[in-house]
Amino acid sequence: MSMALLELRQITVSFDGFLALRDLNLSLQPGELRAVIGPNGAGKTTFLDVITGKTAPTEGDVVFKGRSLVGTREHRIARFGIGRKFQSPRVFEKLSVQENLALAVSQPKQPWSLLVGGLNGQQRDRVQHLMSIVNLQNRSDWAAGSLSHGQKQWLEIAMLVGQDPDLLLVDEPVAGLTDEETDLTADLLKSLAGDHTVLVIEHDMEFIRRLESPVTVLHQGHVLCEGTMDQVQADPRVIEVYLGTTEEENP
Amino acid sequence: MFQAFQQRRWPLIILWVVIVAAIVAAPAVLPVFRLNLLGRFLSLAIVALGIDLIWGFTGLLSLGQGIFFALGGYVAAMYLQLNSSGDLPNGIPEFFSLYGVNRLPAFWEPFHSPLFTLVAIWLVPAVLAAVLGNLVFRNRIKGVYFSILTQAALLVFFNFFNGQQKLINGTNGLKTDVTQLFGQMVGSPEMQRGFFWLTSVVVILAWLLLRWVVRGRFGDVLIAIRDDEPRLRFAGYNPTLFKTIVFAIAGGLAGIGGALYTVQSGIVSPQYMTVPFSIEMVIWVAVGGRGTLVGAILGAVVINYAKSLVSEALPQSWLFIQGGLFILVVTALPEGVIGWFRGDGPRNWLNRFGISRRSETYPRLDLEGQEEVQS
Amino acid sequence: MQLLLESLFNGVAIGSVLLMAALGLAIVFGLMGVINLAHGELIMLGAYTTYVVQLIFKLPALQPVYNAYVLVALPLAFIVSGVVGILLERTVIRRLYGNPLETLLATWGVSLILQQFVRSVPLAHAAGLILALVLGFGLPLLLPSSLLAGPRARLVRAGSWAISALGGVLLAGGLASQITRIARATSRNVDVTAPKWMRGGIEFIDITFPVPRLVIIVITIVAVVGVTWFLNKSVWGMRIRAVTQNRSMSDCLGIPTDTVDVLTFGIGSGLAGVAGVAVSLLGSVGPNVGGSYIVGCFMVVVLGGVGNLLGTVLASFAIGMLTDLIGAGRLLTIWPDMPAPLAGAVNFFATTSMAQVMVFALIVVFLQFRPAGLFPQKGRMVEA
Repeated sequence: MSMALLELRQITVSFDGFLALRDLNLSLQPGELRAVIGPNGAGKTTFLDVITGKTAPTEGDVVFKGRSLVGTREHRIARFGIGRKFQSPRVFEKLSVQENLALAVSQPKQPWSLLVGGLNGQQRDRVQHLMSIVNLQNRSDWAAGSLSHGQKQWLEIAMLVGQDPDLLLVDEPVAGLTDEETDLTADLLKSLAGDHTVLVIEHDMEFIRRLESPVTVLHQGHVLCEGTMDQVQADPRVIEVYLGTTEEENP
Repeated sequence: MFQAFQQRRWPLIILWVVIVAAIVAAPAVLPVFRLNLLGRFLSLAIVALGIDLIWGFTGLLSLGQGIFFALGGYVAAMYLQLNSSGDLPNGIPEFFSLYGVNRLPAFWEPFHSPLFTLVAIWLVPAVLAAVLGNLVFRNRIKGVYFSILTQAALLVFFNFFNGQQKLINGTNGLKTDVTQLFGQMVGSPEMQRGFFWLTSVVVILAWLLLRWVVRGRFGDVLIAIRDDEPRLRFAGYNPTLFKTIVFAIAGGLAGIGGALYTVQSGIVSPQYMTVPFSIEMVIWVAVGGRGTLVGAILGAVVINYAKSLVSEALPQSWLFIQGGLFILVVTALPEGVIGWFRGDGPRNWLNRFGISRRSETYPRLDLEGQEEVQS
Repeated sequence: MQLLLESLFNGVAIGSVLLMAALGLAIVFGLMGVINLAHGELIMLGAYTTYVVQLIFKLPALQPVYNAYVLVALPLAFIVSGVVGILLERTVIRRLYGNPLETLLATWGVSLILQQFVRSVPLAHAAGLILALVLGFGLPLLLPSSLLAGPRARLVRAGSWAISALGGVLLAGGLASQITRIARATSRNVDVTAPKWMRGGIEFIDITFPVPRLVIIVITIVAVVGVTWFLNKSVWGMRIRAVTQNRSMSDCLGIPTDTVDVLTFGIGSGLAGVAGVAVSLLGSVGPNVGGSYIVGCFMVVVLGGVGNLLGTVLASFAIGMLTDLIGAGRLLTIWPDMPAPLAGAVNFFATTSMAQVMVFALIVVFLQFRPAGLFPQKGRMVEA
């Protein structure tokens, strides 16, 4: 087995005694597509916060490309190759679609290089390409704040891809999308896997099934089980967590 | 927003033509007293440009720009004082003898050099702003906390300058109008006219500099900081660095404005670091239109002119008017006058009188500003 | 021992004025997220109320009970500042909830207007105006609700405002005719003379404790205990905390959030008025008296952390003691033979204003380690 791209080792996060994550272990192989599910309060978002440096783990270590991320600031982690899409879409509302994407693809992200020049040709092409992928090319001058919810979701995904990270962390990408948009998003994420490593958090089981990826179930801050969607759904522990009791058999 | 800007370009061009024409015509038309006032207000416009950069674009409301403004003024005044005190006993400025000081304090020494002074006018405030700003920004102190801390810093600097008679003449400040520059009195009409031209040129240069800064991706990053700073970090940008840079630029501009204001008003004193004056600076930008550079210039000049006119006629009422202006501009005109013109303001007015047809706009979704809910 | 006790007392005395002044601000900021730059002017109104009350008690009819005027001034100052605060909340601040920076600028505008108001309006007229406001807001609360909801509601309301206005005019006229000192507008500072029992000091182990300082400490203790009890034990306190934590949920549960806003802001402003009484006992009262306290109040809030009264209390006393320690050059008394350069530095900072410089520097250093103050809010509520 090759070296894991991302490894979480015995992560515990405590908020004033409340354990949001406890003794969580997880590893991702390069190119893998992984889905993470779990009931509300399972610690899914905290788990992303720990990887991206927003929350420091109380105990344990996060290792990415063989380097520990604990104590590294968010923007360094992002430059190191981890991109994140937030649960509710967070785009820069006062900037246009094009400007949002330009910020994502800009390289390097230092003040001086942003001051002295525009995007180079290759980067401009990338922006155009990303807009066409998410179907926003005729909205390029619109302020991102005036887009619909679904368009914002996609714009944020496009920004994430534009950052060209090795690892994409995608938090509830299809919340509030239509069925058609959901299918397109699933295809998009599947096409990204291989070149990138993708971790998706989602509630929508149909969507997860469509991803055809291994599933990790989080419960009360630690990993309950891992497996394919069918294996996971058949697991009595998972059923109990989601439904409370085992009385009702899920077909 | 960007599109709207390009469509409504011509009023802006007209505005610029009017401004430049007014500046060129002013020395011929205005009496020396009024010209001098206009020159002072243009120096304040330079400060306002800096505030617009940090507040209008980046969302950092500093209530302490008076620190940098006064520092620029002190730097200029120290040089002028030294430049004119060669014939005095001990060769040091006159006020020192009042406090029994016979030797020049060491930190005055470099200000014998005109070159050093020219650099220090903007570099000292800029470096101070960078240091103070960085101490605050790196801890992610923002919003009102930042504003409060800048205000406290202002009070601290006021106390310091106000209390140190032996170092900097304390509450009396440093006079510049009777000092010499190029063999002429700084307060003479010829010199004052020269300073007016200099100020006008600097205003335009500052405007060009900031336009370069806020256009393009650097400016987009600033707006992104204002909109959603945490999100920007996850895109790989370091907001602390950008905030420190713009705060330093604003500090440097305030220093230049302060130096020009000092030579035109004839004195720099701790009064430039009072709390009300620094908050007043913010309102110039707010009225003119934050996020619009021209608005900052116009706001500073027009409000100060109004202030001097009203204060001459009805000295009691200016505070009422100013107070009302603060309340009015945040409740009724948050985009300022220029922002109102650029936005839908005029069209809405025309609509109201039935002159223009209401245009369809994209329905605003209620999802904006929704906070991220953690699971 | 004596030295220690003396500097401890001085620190507590400075700290308690600061705490009294900052308490209302901390409540309004902590519970509503509103930065009120006019807080200093609400303190000023409280101080002027004390001045007017004192003059009224000098009238022949009230001369025998003159010594008790402070006891009357305390609740009156609370009401005056509270009502002005409520008016401010209803007219300006409520439009700006969620925009702290805008609120900051608008309340600064209000503070300018209030400052000029006490300069240009005779205090007698101001007292009348405030009485009219108090009655105008208060009378409808006393009337039976059937009258207010009935078909003549408008008439009843108009009538109560008319009566209030009349009361205000009468008070203004009466005060102006009886007390010439407040019949004309002045921008000069005025002095409040303390009643006889508050002059002098109490001796204890060879140290004289000035009585006004002791009175202020007692007022502060009562205010802090009262506020703590109110917020933690009373029904309305619970509602206020509920609205702070989740406004829309509270709305759904039938908590009148509008009333809660008014109440919270009114209490915060009223406490500023009480602080004004304390301030008037320490020095002269003028239009700018509020401005000299406001920055100190903000430092307390920044140092103490938001939404924690204990933090406010500790921060006030910490700043008070540090100011005293540095400002009075006490390090030199404690350690007389320190090296000369150090002694020079201590002397350099041994004035009240230079002590402020040092205290600010220390606070900035402290914030490098604890950016959110002494008692930061923790956990998932915090947005990074």
